[in-house]
Amino acid sequence: MSNSAAQIWALALRSVMRTARQPASAIPPLLFPVMLMAVNAAGLDSSTKLPGFPTDSFLAFALAVPFIQGALFSTMNAGTDLARDIQTGFLNRLSLTSMRGWALIAGQLGGIVVLGLVQALFYIVVGLAVGVDFASGVLGILTLLVFAVLVSLSFGAFGLYLALRTGSGEAIQGLFPLLFVFLFLSSMNAPRNLMEIDWFRAIATANPVSYLIEAVRSLIITGWDGKALALGFLLTLAIGLGAILLASAALSERLART
Amino acid sequence: MGPSVVLKPMGHTRNSIEVEGLVREFKKGPRAVDGIDLHVDPGEIYGFLGPNGAGKSTTVLMLTTLLPPTAGTARVGGYDVVREGPRVRSVIGAALQEAALDPLLTGRDHVRLQATLQGLPRAERKQRSDELLTRVGLSEAADRKVKGYSGGMKRRLDLALALVHRPSILFLDEPTTGLDPQSRTALWDEVARLAREDGVTVFLTTQYLEEADVLANRVGIIDHGRIVAEGSPASLKAEIGLPSVHALPEQAADRERLVAVLAQFGEPLTDVTKDVAVRLREGVAGLPAVVRAIDAQNLPLAHLEIQAPSLDDVFLAKTGRSLEGAGDQNGATPER
Repeated sequence: MSNSAAQIWALALRSVMRTARQPASAIPPLLFPVMLMAVNAAGLDSSTKLPGFPTDSFLAFALAVPFIQGALFSTMNAGTDLARDIQTGFLNRLSLTSMRGWALIAGQLGGIVVLGLVQALFYIVVGLAVGVDFASGVLGILTLLVFAVLVSLSFGAFGLYLALRTGSGEAIQGLFPLLFVFLFLSSMNAPRNLMEIDWFRAIATANPVSYLIEAVRSLIITGWDGKALALGFLLTLAIGLGAILLASAALSERLART
Repeated sequence: MGPSVVLKPMGHTRNSIEVEGLVREFKKGPRAVDGIDLHVDPGEIYGFLGPNGAGKSTTVLMLTTLLPPTAGTARVGGYDVVREGPRVRSVIGAALQEAALDPLLTGRDHVRLQATLQGLPRAERKQRSDELLTRVGLSEAADRKVKGYSGGMKRRLDLALALVHRPSILFLDEPTTGLDPQSRTALWDEVARLAREDGVTVFLTTQYLEEADVLANRVGIIDHGRIVAEGSPASLKAEIGLPSVHALPEQAADRERLVAVLAQFGEPLTDVTKDVAVRLREGVAGLPAVVRAIDAQNLPLAHLEIQAPSLDDVFLAKTGRSLEGAGDQNGATPER
């Protein structure tokens, strides 16, 4: 293994170990989205009777949401962890080593990928356990895993950017409600074409989170929907690329070492 | 294309620190470091002594490449801290003011992570980790999470991390602040051993006089960003020269008479609280005369002591203030 690869691996391992050793921050991202899905499914099940609703199982319809909500939690965790490193001086310790800046970002993202994968597997198992039939089959489940990991990675990179920019865990925690606003103002609870309130439909259409949810949802209830998947993957890659570039620039500023 | 040429520092500068006119100004603060010059020889322990906010940590941040200087030059291990940051970092180890450790990792996790990030070959990492943990007395606690460590254990782990890649120059920023006497002594022993046996150059900041006195070959005293005195502890104290005699009358009512008697033998010291003290004009040789004069006045004493000059006396002589409590209210590093 090259030196850079070993550095990335070591930093990713640290990130995973940190998550595994604090169950209080690892378990809520797994359970909370599933609980919210259960509540929504219980209350909104009758909406499946609306003409044009894409499935007769609201659970199958709602199962897409935990994948994206879990990724939003990743943003928080990744950002808060890095902000803590900045606040405690741990980043200075890393700066004094021969570590390259991009290795830090890659390592942190490596940890996020592992967590995102665990989350996605958990939601798939929950879906199968409650009888959701994945319309795209095994290949679709694999695609879903890849997509979920990409979403975690993109949102996680955004979390790293926020941490490097603000250097404050509290500031990142303060953004949590904002992330929820993005989630609730999306197509999480209803297909956009069935939204009757114009302003809500307009916001949901402009909200990128809708397209991420719809990409996941297409694999679960539709089968292979090229347009939904293309939109989902392209948006995720664009968000991820932008976030990584922003995080890299913020890291250069933060690591003022000569 | 010809072969690439790697410029290596000259032998005599390899472990040295050379600083000329180093300045650091902050946007919303004072000139934290105000044109300091210093030279630290290979294998030397240099004590950088000063109160909180004097500029010690800012100097260390610049010398360790974590903060660019506003002006001046500094070469560490023969490399320029501004132009050759990565090379400087390859030859230094640093334990900064806060022992920045991850509470969720074990001591062993920390050393292994540091070894990997410092580029040690895989085969060497385990051996080096075990060796360092043993050296700092953390073998038994190596697999415990750091959040359960005492302050002394954290500082020892911090030192181990600074040594992972066998640096030739070590920066220790207030390494014993907040430690109990036993932990402090253990750390001093290890630092002294590093310099004596391994030839490591040590740049140590401290606000403890005793630490500088015990450990340092030479001391630089910094106040308000400027070096106000520099030399070996002995030479600095010799510069002040004269010892002081401290006496405490048995009866409080005799205090004024004692002040009058002692005043015949030297300049009164004002920074003492209970005792009456004077700097002995004739040095230790004047002590018998002091005793005879007190006896002649029939002044019973509760306590009589002669004190050699301390580094605090040096600080007092150079700044007009005692080092203890001399730190300003805004000791923290200001915003960049």
